[in-house]
Amino acid sequence: MGGMLVLLVIIGVVVVAAIGIYNGLIVLRNRCENAWSQVDVQLRRRYDLIPNLIETVKGYARHEREVFEKVTQARAQAINASTVKEQAQAENMLTGALKTLFAVAENYPDLKANQNFLLLQEELAGTESKIAYARQFYNDMVMKYNQKQQVFPANIIANMFRFKERDYFEIEEAAAREPVKVAF
Amino acid sequence: MYEQIASNKRRSFFLILFFLGLIFLLAWLFEQLAGMGTEGLIAAFIIAFAMTIGSYYASDKIVLAMSKARPVEKKDYPYLYNVVEGLAIAAGLPKPRCYVIDDSAPNAFATGRNPKNSVIVVTTGLLEKMNRVELEGVIAHEMSHIKNYDVLVQTLTVVMVGVVALLSDWMLRTFWWGGGRVRKVGRGRGGSKAGGSSAGAIIVVVGLILAILSPLIAQLIRFAVSRRREFLADASGAMLTRYPPGLASALRKIAADREPLEVANKATAHLYIVNPLKDMGGAVNKLFSTHPPIEERIAALERM
Repeated sequence: MGGMLVLLVIIGVVVVAAIGIYNGLIVLRNRCENAWSQVDVQLRRRYDLIPNLIETVKGYARHEREVFEKVTQARAQAINASTVKEQAQAENMLTGALKTLFAVAENYPDLKANQNFLLLQEELAGTESKIAYARQFYNDMVMKYNQKQQVFPANIIANMFRFKERDYFEIEEAAAREPVKVAF
Repeated sequence: MYEQIASNKRRSFFLILFFLGLIFLLAWLFEQLAGMGTEGLIAAFIIAFAMTIGSYYASDKIVLAMSKARPVEKKDYPYLYNVVEGLAIAAGLPKPRCYVIDDSAPNAFATGRNPKNSVIVVTTGLLEKMNRVELEGVIAHEMSHIKNYDVLVQTLTVVMVGVVALLSDWMLRTFWWGGGRVRKVGRGRGGSKAGGSSAGAIIVVVGLILAILSPLIAQLIRFAVSRRREFLADASGAMLTRYPPGLASALRKIAADREPLEVANKATAHLYIVNPLKDMGGAVNKLFSTHPPIEERIAALERM
């Protein structure tokens, strides 16, 4: 009878611990998703700014068609990306294309004096750094979530219920730290 | 960076623990001397709490009014807004409200009892004199004050200073007016064993000394806690931007700026990122300062 009781207590403790770990994993997964939606909000904000920017630049630098096409194309690709990895790649391209656009804008003094252009430039720079911060927050969350899945004994529960590790949102070094700069 | 954050948290925790120890020691002595330790402690706590609770809830409004800060909108200060929004994202906090003080001296502070009610205030001078990386460093420092609930920590230490001040004041009054009571110590609730009168005499002496010194000690602990929280905010601010040199160079610029901040005074000076009264230097001054010396803060940032 006593042995029965001990066994029951042990099973009880294990079950409670397992439930705790499972819930912990769910909480972390939701936090990752929330963090990702923060990234997404900022990425979308950048997509929304781009057509406006292109219109403004076009008013002064009509024949730089190549640059505009590159930016538009990169933007479309980024919008259609489905996985975190694809997204990261597309964002890298977009950041590069935007850099070229701002480099080109350097050659047009009238454009550089345009109030609307300056405002857009500040908005884009702000959005770029927000993307960087949101990305950092997301990656921190992913690290916590992935780590929780790797450590013992949580890894048993994670395997049992098929929790998957999430991808980090990685952006090329140079593009990541510095917001878009006008001077090159 | 991680170690600095952990060590600053640990040290402010121990300071507060030490503070509590001082309060209980005072209460115990009061018990021995006047037999009113518990009642005294409760009364002192209630009074100090009541005096502070108002300032806790209205702190933001009072401080904002005192420093003549005005709320600003995104369209007027897109630069400030973008930086604040970005760091709120990095810290995972709701975006604080933004206020500006029209003063050319560069400085900033944060207030509000919790992240939902938080406010970040910067001077127009800060916006003019900092580049983006430096401004991000400063705002990250303020954001960290919000994230670490420093207004709450500060209120807590002010309550404790109040408790200590009241207790020691009452003790001194007991010495002054209740000489008869004090002499009964030997037979009182505290010591009824033999030789009680000599133990009683020691308690009287210790009690007298502590009653005189403890308000001072309490203030010193409060300042030490405040300095610890500044270091903590520097370290966790650097954690947000992942770029300690930004804040370091901002601190250097603010310290080098000779312009005084007109709206700052003794009551609000402790809030700012760098003491706006600029009366630093000297070992004694350092003990009574709410901010660590700039050079030490920069050195800590450079070690990260």
